Amino acid sequence: MYGNDFVDPDQPLNAAETGDVEAAAADAATARARREQVGSSFDELIAADQRIEPRDDMPEGYRKTLIRQIAQHAHSEIIGMQPEGNWISRAPSLRRKAILMAKVQDEAGHGLYLYSAAETLGVDRAELLDLLHAGKQRYSSIFNYPTLTWADCGAIGWLVDGAAIMNQVPLCRCSYGPYARAMIRVCKEESFHQRQGFEILWELSKGTDAQRAMAQDAANRWWWPALMMFGPPDTGEAAAKGGHTEQSMAWGIKRFSNDDLRQKFVDMMVPQAQRLGLTLPDPDLRFDEESGHWAFGPIDWDEFWRVLRGDGACNAERIEHRVAAHEEGAWVREAATAYADKHDGARRRQESAA
Amino acid sequence: MTDNAVHTSVVAPYALQLGDDALVYAQRLGEWISRAPQIEEDMALGNVGLDLLGQARVLLTRVGELDGTGRTEDELAYLRDEREFRNVHLVEQPRSDFGFEMTRMLWFSAYQCGLYAALVASSDETLSGVAVKAVKEVDYHRDHASHWVLRLGDGTAESHGRMQAGLERVAPYVAELFEDDAVSAAAAGAGAGVLPSSLWPAASAYVERVVAEATLAMPAEPTWRSRGGRDGIHSRPMGYLLAEMQHIARSHPGATW
Amino acid sequence: MSESSPTESAVAAPKAAERSWPLWEVFVRGKRGLSHVHVGSLHAPDAEMALRNGRDVYTRRQEGVSLWVVRASDITASSPDERDSFFDPAADKVYRHPTFYDVPEDVEYL
Repeated sequence: MYGNDFVDPDQPLNAAETGDVEAAAADAATARARREQVGSSFDELIAADQRIEPRDDMPEGYRKTLIRQIAQHAHSEIIGMQPEGNWISRAPSLRRKAILMAKVQDEAGHGLYLYSAAETLGVDRAELLDLLHAGKQRYSSIFNYPTLTWADCGAIGWLVDGAAIMNQVPLCRCSYGPYARAMIRVCKEESFHQRQGFEILWELSKGTDAQRAMAQDAANRWWWPALMMFGPPDTGEAAAKGGHTEQSMAWGIKRFSNDDLRQKFVDMMVPQAQRLGLTLPDPDLRFDEESGHWAFGPIDWDEFWRVLRGDGACNAERIEHRVAAHEEGAWVREAATAYADKHDGARRRQESAA
Repeated sequence: MTDNAVHTSVVAPYALQLGDDALVYAQRLGEWISRAPQIEEDMALGNVGLDLLGQARVLLTRVGELDGTGRTEDELAYLRDEREFRNVHLVEQPRSDFGFEMTRMLWFSAYQCGLYAALVASSDETLSGVAVKAVKEVDYHRDHASHWVLRLGDGTAESHGRMQAGLERVAPYVAELFEDDAVSAAAAGAGAGVLPSSLWPAASAYVERVVAEATLAMPAEPTWRSRGGRDGIHSRPMGYLLAEMQHIARSHPGATW
Repeated sequence: MSESSPTESAVAAPKAAERSWPLWEVFVRGKRGLSHVHVGSLHAPDAEMALRNGRDVYTRRQEGVSLWVVRASDITASSPDERDSFFDPAADKVYRHPTFYDVPEDVEYL
């Protein structure tokens, strides 16, 4: 479909193409058998790196942390439909329009899988959506940035999905079974999206001067926010300050630190940027021979906190859009319930009378 | 006339009507994504839009092959001016409320069910190929719309009112969909197409049945009706739709994406 | 970074009608599959809508795929490490229902 001229199709373009997801899926298939050999207490299962399932005992903190994390992940998928959905009506070719529609639909699907996974922990999707609408639960702050040009669709696929995948692949081995299994499914689909984003930029980079400039401009605006997606520093000095990382790791929810994942991401993306002929907006970016990693410049954490706390370009708009859709659709959902009561209720009465 | 001449003069303009209907309706449906009453419906409407876009792409590609210009699907979609589009007014109307949309989808898909069932036997290979695939797709679209019309009509008092209003607002746009013109008549004559008026009995019977089961009333004969779409005379929203759809592509002449 | 608890502060409860959609479990048999596999869950007010939504979400409307939807409350489970033997249908939280037990190997790319 894409042609092989831009990159070796056998070379992994994102973390979901490295074989880790397949390995996690294979593992998941035999998880139940292995579980039976271990004890059934939460601590025994965690210590043996086995999966916790919905019917197992679990500490309240574990349950609450997971509800929050899974819900926010689901919210991110739903809110994430907006910045790209914004370009469906203007996609510059019919093929791109189709691909974009399919991608945004996939995101809706991912949101649904994740809400379902969260519900296994004893919450209702309706409650979770209320919390999102009220600003009591978050979504990934990356979606508070605007998609100003067509090239932004490319940048989102390449960088934002790329970073999301980097975060999600380790979650395929998360201790909580339903979340891990949802991640396996999500990663497989998202890997495809990341390739499509790269492909958009590849076409632009081979195109007119205006197209190349468009691609460079998008990279300039999305690079740093993508690095911020991994969260604040949590190793070395930063670790001493405390935070969620340590507890989440002990519970098998988090497998790698923010900093580790961020470094892996940079190492993977820099060569791709070079292939795209894009200059990343970091004058301090250089390959460190000793460590074998790409060293990068300081991240503006002030911007991160500012945007996270509500002062980003699109925070208000994302929630307003989401709440409007929800409220405008209320009469439709109510009608479906009323219809079901009238008809299903009658059918059930008929069946129990038989 | 040679076969080639028939195809150029008869099939190309006919396929253009069908392709433009599908393209423009896909454009409107895409606008529902992230705005639907529930997340499952974002997916469902996206599916319908993708099906229609797929139909449009094959049909427009065929037009370009046959009309002597050799234009690609994208050149046809992005570089034609409003006067050259051959879709009916129904599909270019702006996104409104969900009741309006399900009414529009009910009529349009009922029409397309009859259309593609007949086109399976088209003398044009591409049209029959599109039809074979599309028949299953539009059956789902009609089913989906019916499902909602039932629930909204026979749901709450509010949904009943809104659904009835949707029926009234769509009514003036229905006749145009089933109207014969020189292009469709020539296509039907050549065995490549089907007369739109021939699709009316089955489509209207289907819609009437759903409307009745939904406890709604078929609207009275509207006081006005849309016309002109098949000749390139469109309603006010069409210019804006095309401006939005085309402007990025037109801003970069000759570029590939 | 401090995060507020989800239950903090007053959030207007949505109408009861919004919450009452029952939970359904979805089972899919892929084109090459021999049996139905559990793929996930969804909320819907009735069976037809559950089937329709299930088809859109879990199969993306691929042909040749068989789909079953079952009300979660109609499922009687007997997993070995189970402590409570059946759901309490009066509970408005559907807690500890058997979703996502299997990775749907053969249905991923139906």
